[in-house]
Amino acid sequence: MEMPAPNPDILSRKADLVARLLDILPADAVISDPAETRAYECDALTAYKCPPLAAVLPSTTQEVSDVLRICHEMGVPVVPRGSGTSLAGGALPTEDSVILGVARLNDVIETDYDNRFIRVQSGRTNLSVTGAVEEDGYFYAPDPSSQLACAIAGNIAMNSGGAHCLKYGVTTNNLLGVTMVLMDGTVIELGGAHLDAEGYDLLGLICGSEGQLGVVTEATLRILHKPEGARPVLIGFDSNEVAGACVSDIIKAGVLPVAIEFMDRPCIRATEDFAQAGYPDCEALLIVEVEGSEAEIDEQLETIMGIARTHDPVELRQSGSAEESAKIWLGRKSAFGAMGNINDYMCLDGTIPVSQLPYVLKRIGEMSKEFGLDVANVFHAGDGNMHPLILFDANKPGDLETCEAFGAEILKLCVEVGGCLTGEHGVGIEKRDLMAHQYGERDLAMQMAVKDVFDPKWLLNPAKVFPLAASDAHRIAAE
Amino acid sequence: MKDLRPETEAELAGIVRDTSEPLRIRGGGTRPIGVRVNGAPLTTAGLSGIDLYEPGALTLVAKAGTPLAEIEAALAAEGQRLAFEPMDHRGLLGTEGEPTIGGVFAANVSGPRRIQCGAARDFLLGVRFVDGRGEVIRNGGRVMKNVTGYDLVKLMAGSYGTLGILTEVALKVLPKTQVTGSLSCEGLDDETAIAALCRALGSPYEVTGAAHMQAGPEGAPRTMIRIEGTEASVAYRAGELRKVLAAFGEFTIDTDPDSTKATWRAIRDVQPFHGTDGDIWRLSVKPTDAPGLVARIGGAEALYDWGGGLIWLRVPKGTAGPNIRTAIAETGGHATLIRGTRGGGVFQPLAPPVAALQECLRKRFDPKGLLNPGLMAQANEAAE
Repeated sequence: MEMPAPNPDILSRKADLVARLLDILPADAVISDPAETRAYECDALTAYKCPPLAAVLPSTTQEVSDVLRICHEMGVPVVPRGSGTSLAGGALPTEDSVILGVARLNDVIETDYDNRFIRVQSGRTNLSVTGAVEEDGYFYAPDPSSQLACAIAGNIAMNSGGAHCLKYGVTTNNLLGVTMVLMDGTVIELGGAHLDAEGYDLLGLICGSEGQLGVVTEATLRILHKPEGARPVLIGFDSNEVAGACVSDIIKAGVLPVAIEFMDRPCIRATEDFAQAGYPDCEALLIVEVEGSEAEIDEQLETIMGIARTHDPVELRQSGSAEESAKIWLGRKSAFGAMGNINDYMCLDGTIPVSQLPYVLKRIGEMSKEFGLDVANVFHAGDGNMHPLILFDANKPGDLETCEAFGAEILKLCVEVGGCLTGEHGVGIEKRDLMAHQYGERDLAMQMAVKDVFDPKWLLNPAKVFPLAASDAHRIAAE
Repeated sequence: MKDLRPETEAELAGIVRDTSEPLRIRGGGTRPIGVRVNGAPLTTAGLSGIDLYEPGALTLVAKAGTPLAEIEAALAAEGQRLAFEPMDHRGLLGTEGEPTIGGVFAANVSGPRRIQCGAARDFLLGVRFVDGRGEVIRNGGRVMKNVTGYDLVKLMAGSYGTLGILTEVALKVLPKTQVTGSLSCEGLDDETAIAALCRALGSPYEVTGAAHMQAGPEGAPRTMIRIEGTEASVAYRAGELRKVLAAFGEFTIDTDPDSTKATWRAIRDVQPFHGTDGDIWRLSVKPTDAPGLVARIGGAEALYDWGGGLIWLRVPKGTAGPNIRTAIAETGGHATLIRGTRGGGVFQPLAPPVAALQECLRKRFDPKGLLNPGLMAQANEAAE
């Protein structure tokens, strides 16, 4: 993966930059010793590493503004970082950049149950947002798998989803307002405790903009009362096609489960070995979860199981207790861990129209043979968001490259059948060079024009999202 | 002047490329919101038709000028619907014509269910549009989860044709529910009513509508809460909600399909204000701020939706603008003049740095200033 060559002029001014940052931040918030900056050399896309020039850990919006103003004045690129859990390289630094970590911005500012929102600083982790309100019966709905670690700032940057977004939506559907700092240090407010921000929907625009338009320091998030209960059912099938048809029938029937998760045979086997969740030995497995009171759950599951029976399932198991529910979810939630136990893997994130599920799974199977790498599929079937996991051996020369080429082919397939490159992880550097498969030149130019408006000097996370060849003109013109 | 009425996206792009005169863009022309634009009238009604509908994937793709009624009929045939429940502005604004799906998204029009399932913009998955240079731009797609590049889809929603002319929209649809239950209580004052609505919305019972009319159908104030689902589930939740709300007043339940539909359509379309005099304002605020705000503005009749977060205000002609702007500046939120004298500006004035971003974006999307110029202008720039 190519990154722009570091600017030697910036590298030569490191001491000056660090001195200026120390003027406005406490000493322990400026990290410039090469031994320490290595802690920021990568995110969860660990195949790519590069220590930054420096890292800063501001504690207030004002400090963030001061940092950005200084970097803006000195022409130094800034890479914002939440918790560094990006699977797409969203927080990968360049040698001449400053990492701006929001980890110290982790306070709850306001909780308002009457109006059903919480306002937090953006470095707070996803799970601890729910943690702040759950004793009172509330929760924050988006639930990415990394929710224990990932920060709200990163969730907003990547518009993160999760298993339960079939019902509750992704980050952009649950974000009411932000305090954001522009690259020149200007602090702006968008939205708030009211619905539908005024003017153009800039809130919708910055959500998912991968830290390229501004640094969010505070966020107002919608919270909901927890449902009375939830219960999953496990449905096993002889073929992926039948499982796909069952998903479509459930949706058409008018029941809207909170989650429909899909695992294929390689994934079922691996998780069974790893977590002993008691999954059946079959080709495809669905976990369908519904919510409500006991009686409402019974009623919905009856409909769902009725539909499943028309597809001759090899297993149909309703959870009978909280322990059983936990066990059913255990396998799904440990899928990535299970794959990691077998081998190195790359996790993809393409989305496809649900109707294309059987065809895409068949093609992935064929490609797996062509490339000679195993692949396991686990994904959010209700909304077509796939997570093929390609297994490879990082120590074997050429394997990573083969894996990347295979991954690119899968993502191109997703686009071909009417889907997209990434459903919830973001483009980062990982899918940057595939963008031209999804969008035409003018489509990308329009998006880059938006960055021109928010960050005319292209200093915020500049080498991400857009193919370098396409963004070159903007980045170089800005220098 | 006869309307320009392109029949294809290419023809539309050609018109924009070749013109040097501003365009006054509309779909069906039923929602004349914003500062009046001086320009050649152009309608997208000629770009019509559903291109793709996959009920099992909950997605539909249609050309922007497709009549809303045609889309709703296609969805109803499969037991599905537009969950965000777009309001029909014709009664309130005294307009005629056929609302289009493009118009719904250009104005980001949502109804009572917005409080539970999201706004129009939350259901818009992808767009094609012609920008101010006459280029066709694509963004988003037709799948429910998509974070590939910047979300210009959201930016287009609610931009009233000032950034581009929508030619095609892809949207998410949802299943219809079987039964609607409407709980109502007469005689609550605004403060108590909003408190009751907040309590209901803060319960686990999935309220899909929460409104309060100062003057209900019988003249007395009426507070209403909607729940939807299967028969058993609606009955259960209605019972639980009545217990939760007992401290506020006695709520009765109506599950008649026709009358519940009429009730929520009346709220959606702000029916109490149809055929009345006066200016109509639409305010979006933090729900618990709403009753105090209405009291401070004074001399207004209010209809609260979204649990109090959406206020429809009817005020005497041309008088209340400054008052409303001052009051809402204190609480936060925003106010839009929907019907009436437009001298004081239509949309909420923005903070200077945000206004600057908005203006720069507009110039990038429409460098020659051809697309509904001035429609969303700030008060001090308004032409009238």
